[in-house]
Amino acid sequence: MSKKIIATTSLAGCFGCHMSFLDIDERILKLVELVEFDKSPINDIKVFTRPVDIGIIEGGCCNSENIEVLKSFRENCKVLVSLGECAIMGGLPALRNGIPIEECLREAYLDGPTVSENKEQVLPNDPELPMLLDKVFPCHEIVKVDYFLPGCAPDADLIWNALVALVTGNEMELPYEVVKFD
Amino acid sequence: MNNKISRITKRYSEDPARLLDVLHDIHSLKGYVDDDDVEQLAIELVLSEATINEVISFYHFFSKTPVGKFSIYLNNSITACFRGREAVKRALEESCGTTFGSVSEDGLFGLFDTSCIGMNDQEPAAIINGLVFTKLTAFRVKELVKGLKEGKPVSELIYEGTGGGNNADKDIQSMVQNNIRKGMLLLNRDYHKFEVLRKELKQHSPLEVIQIVEDSNLRGRGGAGFPTGIKWRFGRRVDGKHRVIICNADEGEPGTFKDRVMLTEFPELVFEGMVIAAYATAADIGLLYLRYEYKYLLRFLNRILGEMRTEGLLGKNAAGIKDFNFDIRIQLGAGAYICGEESALIESLEGKRGEPRDKPPFPVEKGYLNYPTIVNNVETLASAVKIIKHGAAWYKGFGVKDSLGTKLLSVSGDCRFPGIYEVEWGTSIREVIEMCGAEDVQAIQVGGPSGVLIGLKDIDNLGASNLMKWYKPSGMMVAQKFYDRKLSYSDLPTGGSIIIFDKRRDLLQDVVMNFMDFFIEESCGSCSTCRNLPSVMKQKLQKIIGGHGVRQDIDDLLSWGKMIKVSRCGLGQTAANPIVSSILNFRDLYEGHVQAMTDFDNEFDLEKSVQAANNFVGRKSVFHQN
Ligand SMILES: Cc1cc2nc3c(=O)[nH]c(=O)nc-3n(C[C@H](O)[C@H](O)[C@H](O)COP(=O)(O)O)c2cc1C
Repeated sequence: MSKKIIATTSLAGCFGCHMSFLDIDERILKLVELVEFDKSPINDIKVFTRPVDIGIIEGGCCNSENIEVLKSFRENCKVLVSLGECAIMGGLPALRNGIPIEECLREAYLDGPTVSENKEQVLPNDPELPMLLDKVFPCHEIVKVDYFLPGCAPDADLIWNALVALVTGNEMELPYEVVKFD
Repeated sequence: MNNKISRITKRYSEDPARLLDVLHDIHSLKGYVDDDDVEQLAIELVLSEATINEVISFYHFFSKTPVGKFSIYLNNSITACFRGREAVKRALEESCGTTFGSVSEDGLFGLFDTSCIGMNDQEPAAIINGLVFTKLTAFRVKELVKGLKEGKPVSELIYEGTGGGNNADKDIQSMVQNNIRKGMLLLNRDYHKFEVLRKELKQHSPLEVIQIVEDSNLRGRGGAGFPTGIKWRFGRRVDGKHRVIICNADEGEPGTFKDRVMLTEFPELVFEGMVIAAYATAADIGLLYLRYEYKYLLRFLNRILGEMRTEGLLGKNAAGIKDFNFDIRIQLGAGAYICGEESALIESLEGKRGEPRDKPPFPVEKGYLNYPTIVNNVETLASAVKIIKHGAAWYKGFGVKDSLGTKLLSVSGDCRFPGIYEVEWGTSIREVIEMCGAEDVQAIQVGGPSGVLIGLKDIDNLGASNLMKWYKPSGMMVAQKFYDRKLSYSDLPTGGSIIIFDKRRDLLQDVVMNFMDFFIEESCGSCSTCRNLPSVMKQKLQKIIGGHGVRQDIDDLLSWGKMIKVSRCGLGQTAANPIVSSILNFRDLYEGHVQAMTDFDNEFDLEKSVQAANNFVGRKSVFHQN
């Protein structure tokens, strides 16, 4: 059986979900037997090199680059999985959604109590930078997402069970322990 | 310390459970409650300021800021909208010089939206300083506001004179109309006030009274249909220092107004029912929870209670029965649909936010101040009187097998004769339509927004192949011709709200949206399902109506409609019904809107979304096409 190809990315997230992914510990050896990684921070491949079976997204979308990457995942992956609170709901970054973006920028770069060095009142506007969105969006509001793995961060066993189910085509194991959050 | 406030709290013996009354009196005094008042109330009632503030913010008719010398609350039920609410609203804004949701600069007028005020048969209607004004038009609004500006008292501005029946009573003096179109057992002039209290009641022991009510199979008329006799028996069985009878006159379901008519025309019958219930269950405390919208009936109702006391029908040895001590107090609500739910109602009676309690324990075990409490609807209690008068066997001669007796229907919407119809249970939709003179019917909302929207498509040529599938609250699908569906607990249960929509109406854009707004407004916010899902579902419906929907959206709506059922009370559990029942019965309306050729559409517009930030930091939007 040919191995399934996997790609992963972290958009507006903290890499916590990827860390949790690595918490599968020694099962990572088993994983290498089951799948091959394409574009992913885990192997540092930056662009898609072939069609991918499963794309795993951490984080929501807060800027134009997130949108671009997410869309490229949708184009290149057969199945897309939102991993963790931020990808599913926007998460912590989405706390700014109730506040106008202008106010957020002012607080961050001009008026905030921790701003001490910006006498010229410079705002980040280099054309190289991604453009900020007015709100932080969960991934499924930008592209069609097939599966959702909740948690902050999702339990390593939840990620493992989901991957195994997706790769083998068997039903997923969902014992209570992997989806309770307290 | 403000003496006027102290006088008010003393009036209620500084009892924190009377917070609603205290707040009402402060509103009568100065129009709103400010921080100083709250501070003082906290001391005098021994409550935290936070507790008082959360009560004020919970109820629609309490305010921490001035609401204008004349506060105008314009009903926003769907019927009001179909009867020209928009023009009335515009006229109000123009002549009062302010917009809805705010107070005019001179402090004279405050304009506010409000949920159905129980006048669906005479819309558009508004409450001005506690008085109801019905059948408003732009012209009348202008005259009204002119009169108010000239300093005429609000009560003199009733333009049509008083309505019929007791609406003309000196203690009511309201322009509200009864519109009684058909009476049977309850709406029957052959009623001799308090006759049962004077005669029949004494002839039965309390347990016999319960037995008669049980034998009659009387079921609750407030919507849930719980057998009344069994409820009384349970309540009697639970030990308590006191026992409580509550008459639920909150009547908040949009489209119902039958309790208003009962309380206007047959208040004696309702109070008589409360005394009977108290006798049967050995209760000593009686409370009638009257929604704020019906405040104009308060003085009248209190007068009748006074008369009952004078005649010895209330108080010590009530109705001349030794050791039967029972009295009734009327508690005014303050604007909250959820307070019709019995446990929320009890919270409200205790002076708190009207948030439903966890059940069990049920009110019959632990209700008002933790005493065993029986909550019954106005109509249920009135029916009990007739049953004691004429017997269970007689009562069983009306209605159908599982639903005996009669039901008061509040009929409104697109028909020639909106009003109250007392019909036998088992009456079919066909009969209702014919009775009220409705034509070109497209759909009927049975049971208000929390009920079901049923369709009428193709009724004239409904062949065997065209049999429609009907959704029943039990979750079962049955094939049945719409026309012959019967009002009954097993087929079409209803608290009595019937709203008719003819073919001119846009069911999704106007009706379903209006109902969703109602639930969004009225959710108490306690359960996250009920607090969030109605908003999210409304957004999705908006997306579908706007042409961005895909088939998945319809399925999402149905599955979220299941999720919301985990909410704590009936409000949350039914809050998705407008969407779910319209999908089940009018699926083609939804399918006509969704896109066939795509399975994903998010309405997301990158260009628009980066605009604000780019403008602020001073850069151009540049997009890479790849
Ligand atoms: C959101 C909600 C609103 C309700 N509103 C009313 C109401 O206005 N009047 C009423 O009698 N029952 C209302 N009920 C039903 C009451 O909880 C309760 O079942 C009823 O008052 C019991 O009286 P009954 O057995 O005589 O019907 C409501 C229930 C819910 C969930």
